Amino acid sequence: MKILVCISSVPDTTSKISFEENNTKFSKGGIQYIIGPYDDYALARGVELRETLGGTLTVLNVGLADAEPQIRKALAIGADDAVRIDAEPTDSFLVASEIANYAKDKGFDLILMGRETTDYNSGVVHGIVGELLGIPSFSPVMELKLEGNTATLAREIEGGKEKLEASLPLVLGCQEPIAEWKIPNMRGIMSARTKPLAVIAPSSEALTNIDKFELPAPKGACKMISAEDAGSLIKLLQTEAKVL
Amino acid sequence: MSVLVYTELADGQFKKSSLEAIFYGSKVAAQVGASMTVLAIGSASDDELAKAGNFGATKVLHANAQNLTSENIMAYSKVLSETAKSLSAKIVISAKSSLADAVMARAAGALKAGLVGNVVELPETSNGFKVKRSIFTGKAFAETSINSEVKFIAIKKNVLPLEESANAATVEKLSVDTGSLTESSKVLETIKASGTVSLPEADLVVSGGRGMKGPENWQPLLDLAEALGAATACSKPVSDLDWRPHHEHVGQTGVKVAPNLYIACGISGAIQHLAGVNSSKVIVVINKDPEAPFFKAADYGIVGDVFDVLPKLTAAVKAL
Repeated sequence: MKILVCISSVPDTTSKISFEENNTKFSKGGIQYIIGPYDDYALARGVELRETLGGTLTVLNVGLADAEPQIRKALAIGADDAVRIDAEPTDSFLVASEIANYAKDKGFDLILMGRETTDYNSGVVHGIVGELLGIPSFSPVMELKLEGNTATLAREIEGGKEKLEASLPLVLGCQEPIAEWKIPNMRGIMSARTKPLAVIAPSSEALTNIDKFELPAPKGACKMISAEDAGSLIKLLQTEAKVL
Repeated sequence: MSVLVYTELADGQFKKSSLEAIFYGSKVAAQVGASMTVLAIGSASDDELAKAGNFGATKVLHANAQNLTSENIMAYSKVLSETAKSLSAKIVISAKSSLADAVMARAAGALKAGLVGNVVELPETSNGFKVKRSIFTGKAFAETSINSEVKFIAIKKNVLPLEESANAATVEKLSVDTGSLTESSKVLETIKASGTVSLPEADLVVSGGRGMKGPENWQPLLDLAEALGAATACSKPVSDLDWRPHHEHVGQTGVKVAPNLYIACGISGAIQHLAGVNSSKVIVVINKDPEAPFFKAADYGIVGDVFDVLPKLTAAVKAL
């Protein structure tokens, strides 16, 4: 089994978001970076599959050097080697085509990643990678089992889930509860220091670029209604807020 | 120059989010002086498809074939990219959904098109092509230029208020070479809650948190949702505890909703939960704890016991 897990490096989900340089740059000061929460599920399932089926697990990040602590963490969790493609990951097509260019002649059976990154939330990189490699892609995948060349998976659909069977190779966008997040142990952390981390120059160009950031307008004051008179809320929702 | 809108059908009807995409597409087409075509894949009557005209479409292309089913994402995306090619469409638009995300991604990949999702306004087209999109799960926005020749955009729910006319669109059959569509997968089982309002599509949502104290206490919340015709949702701890199914989980790592009204019952309002609901137009928070952080993000608040407040709200809705 040859597995590629793609991870993003994103601000911790509790981060306060702010911008600088006239709202053209994200302020990284004081921000704690983590492996993308969805990517972390993909990584955990990848490590489990590699442990039971053997083979190799490569972790890939499209990002700048400041993502390396997160890549080392993925190595500590159980990836065998790592690749960082040295480009700023702001455009979905760029990220996807870097992944596809790297993967195209390496014969991966499974390419796993999160359903979306929690910074730009596009949720399309797995689909573009699948198209560029000419193999099926599914998302969001909540269960994944392998038997020989056949994958049985469950993906979330509106109001429920769908169980599917498909043949490898596949690209999957993952989410909970596909596996439990893994915490690296001391032996993993020690061995991660010497595992190979290759840095590759990017080969594709972005098709979109961000010109400017903006924060949402601050919320007005909350109108309080007494619990005794709770029913009056419904009238306000109808006549004042006009949502009923 | 033409604009193509990718739409989805559910139970033989356009999804509400697809009608929003059609209306948005008609505004974009008028803005750039282009014609607009709607692509509908799946089964629906011509009368239903003609309703796209009520929201600004003049022409609907209808593709329907045996092996053109929603689990065959590769076939859907092939129909979309081939149609875009044959119409020389320069702007392809859809509403965001889990199926549309996959179909748009693959079609954009095939056409080497820049793709931007979660778009919240009409594009700025006077100098280049710029869209405003929501990022960091609703915590910020980014003005983004799309520089490729073909541009793909996926819009969030409730971007524009819908305006309806009495116009009908013409419906044309799109012949699909089904032999060229590969079956990439086989569906083993579909587990779907029936008769309930779809959460991502819902205009009204009633959501419960740990303050509901247990799955056996959900009835008053379900009663209010039923009276309103609202979808039900829950916080992450609630779905982690298996009190409610996972597809109801709203938040940073769950479903992101943008209804007109979100009523939170016994949810404290952790930042990860707010990330999933902050695009809601109006937020109502009911919580025993006056210090619950959710009140800071709310439009209306009630400090009180949810089991006391919910029946009062249900009674008031029924009295409307």
